[in-house]
Amino acid sequence: MAETRYSKDHEYIRVEGDVGTVGISDYAQSQLGDVVFVELPAVGKALSKGGEAAVVESVKAASEVYAPVSGEVVEVNAELEGAPGTVNEDPAGKGWFLKIKIKDAAELDALMNEAEYQNYVKTL
Amino acid sequence: MLNRQGRPTQAGEAAHAEHATFTGNKALQQVEPLIFEIGHHEATGVDIDKPAPFKSRLGKHARQGEIGLPGLSEPEAMRHYVRLSQKNYGIDTGLFPLGSCTMKHNARLNEKMARLPGFSDVHPLQPLSTVPGALDLMLELARYLMTLTGMPAVALSPKAGAHGEACGMMAIKAAIAAKGEGATRNVVLVPESAHGTNPATAALIGFSVKAVPARPDGTVAVEDVKALLGPDIAAIMLTNPNTCGIFEPQIVEIAAAMHEAGAYFYCDGANFNAIVGKARPGDLGVDAMHINLHKTFSTPHGGGGPGAGPVVLSERLAPFAPVPFIHVENDKPHLIETRGEAPAGNKPFGRMTAFHGQMGMYVRALAYMLSHGSDGMRQASEDAVLNANYIRAGLADLMSLPFPDHPSMHEVLFDDEWLKGSGVSTLDFAKAMIDEGYHPMTVYFPLVVHGAMLIEPTESESKAALDLFIATLRDLAMAAKGNDKERFTSAPHHAPIRRLDETRAARSPVLKWEKPAPAKAAE
Repeated sequence: MAETRYSKDHEYIRVEGDVGTVGISDYAQSQLGDVVFVELPAVGKALSKGGEAAVVESVKAASEVYAPVSGEVVEVNAELEGAPGTVNEDPAGKGWFLKIKIKDAAELDALMNEAEYQNYVKTL
Repeated sequence: MLNRQGRPTQAGEAAHAEHATFTGNKALQQVEPLIFEIGHHEATGVDIDKPAPFKSRLGKHARQGEIGLPGLSEPEAMRHYVRLSQKNYGIDTGLFPLGSCTMKHNARLNEKMARLPGFSDVHPLQPLSTVPGALDLMLELARYLMTLTGMPAVALSPKAGAHGEACGMMAIKAAIAAKGEGATRNVVLVPESAHGTNPATAALIGFSVKAVPARPDGTVAVEDVKALLGPDIAAIMLTNPNTCGIFEPQIVEIAAAMHEAGAYFYCDGANFNAIVGKARPGDLGVDAMHINLHKTFSTPHGGGGPGAGPVVLSERLAPFAPVPFIHVENDKPHLIETRGEAPAGNKPFGRMTAFHGQMGMYVRALAYMLSHGSDGMRQASEDAVLNANYIRAGLADLMSLPFPDHPSMHEVLFDDEWLKGSGVSTLDFAKAMIDEGYHPMTVYFPLVVHGAMLIEPTESESKAALDLFIATLRDLAMAAKGNDKERFTSAPHHAPIRRLDETRAARSPVLKWEKPAPAKAAE
């Protein structure tokens, strides 16, 4: 059963086994506005928790997407290159950014679960 | 009001009878197609003799088809560009409150001086003995810049703010390398509220960037900087007054902490116009700062070509200033053009430009300084700050201030808290300002503030102009809160082009005009 956890920087990671699918939350996409460009890392790149994983550019601003946990990039969503708007339309589904092979599952514990994240967003 | 023939004398009274015109023009507001749409290759504005027969050596590289350049007669070309220019909005048209850009009036005296043939016709390759006046002017401008900033050296050649940033950071890099720390000291601190050019410059010069968090009050805390300091930190790039329009209260402590850690302090001088004659960056501990002549000293934005972004340098960085520079020896100015010519003790890091910089901007900036005098420049800063705070006081009850505890400097920053629930966004509000005949303020910057609106009136505006601006924004603000959503969400209503699809333009840009396919004959 996949579990989704969230960072304070509004990335989500959906964990299935030792691989996590990383994207940005619905709240994040609504705050960014229309996404016009996504820059993804190379497959095989080692990411460290909190380090830059990708760049998302909207009509308002260019922002970094941070790795919610450490690990190695095993797949990126190449579809986003031609259709960055997918991030707005389906952030939790087809608008995912990258898949990461999780190095230390304990790092997931520091992230928020769905309910905690929704409460966090309400405070913003 | 009606005239003596019983016809309305003002547009407003005719509005109810508004109808589409046959041409699509609205009196002086004329519809202007692209030049490619009106040009045709039968027409030309010049007569050129048919070239004498010659043997082409282009072979297979010779052009096969038409280039498709639009041909226009002189009056057609004239009208095209004049009509386009009439759609332009500039500081000569009205109040231009673009925060952090400092759109101040460009005094005509500056233009007159820059057009003196001795300055305007000077060529960078003419013998030095023929341009002593130009060198003197550059020295005098340098003296003024050093005096106003309290810094011992200045590199005049950089062409713009970001170019100046690059120059300052290259000097810092050279100074670090000279100490043998080039391999280890490679991280630059940049606050979250910084201009986007700051992290870009640091990255371009080969540093990695670490963000300094903003405090809830919009300023940078010395403790937050200290927590990040270490042997890897090369410099901090800090704007003061910052992009929230606030004077950094701990700037002196931050500078001291940087120096203690063996690092440098780059100050982004974009907002220097707020403190000229009031505070000197040299006294604040700055090591390098660029000065946007077009913001602070009223040269035209864009400079009618390249602009100018001189960089002042501290004692520690001065030896690394780029060539070319003017060195005075025995009261005689010498132009140092190469690293080899540099006097002892100087280790120029290289050069930023092919030649000496943008002479026209130097003349304009010095003309501004001389015509204002020290008291006038100080008053310009004071008036810029006063004007921003006057707007703040006039709007604070309707719009929301993210940082109410600090007085504003030359620009006032609002957020979109006050628009919550209205269905009107910051962008909608900005577009509605266009309908009212104003250029919008800076929006969505700085990023640390939600839905930011950054208003900088500059010292150019009279009280009457500010009062009208405030009254207009109050009217708009009340409409936004009072359910008149349509006025905003479909704005601009009166501009020649309505709301552009920015998303589509960014996602699928069309960068080249294509001739439309010929219309099919009716069947």
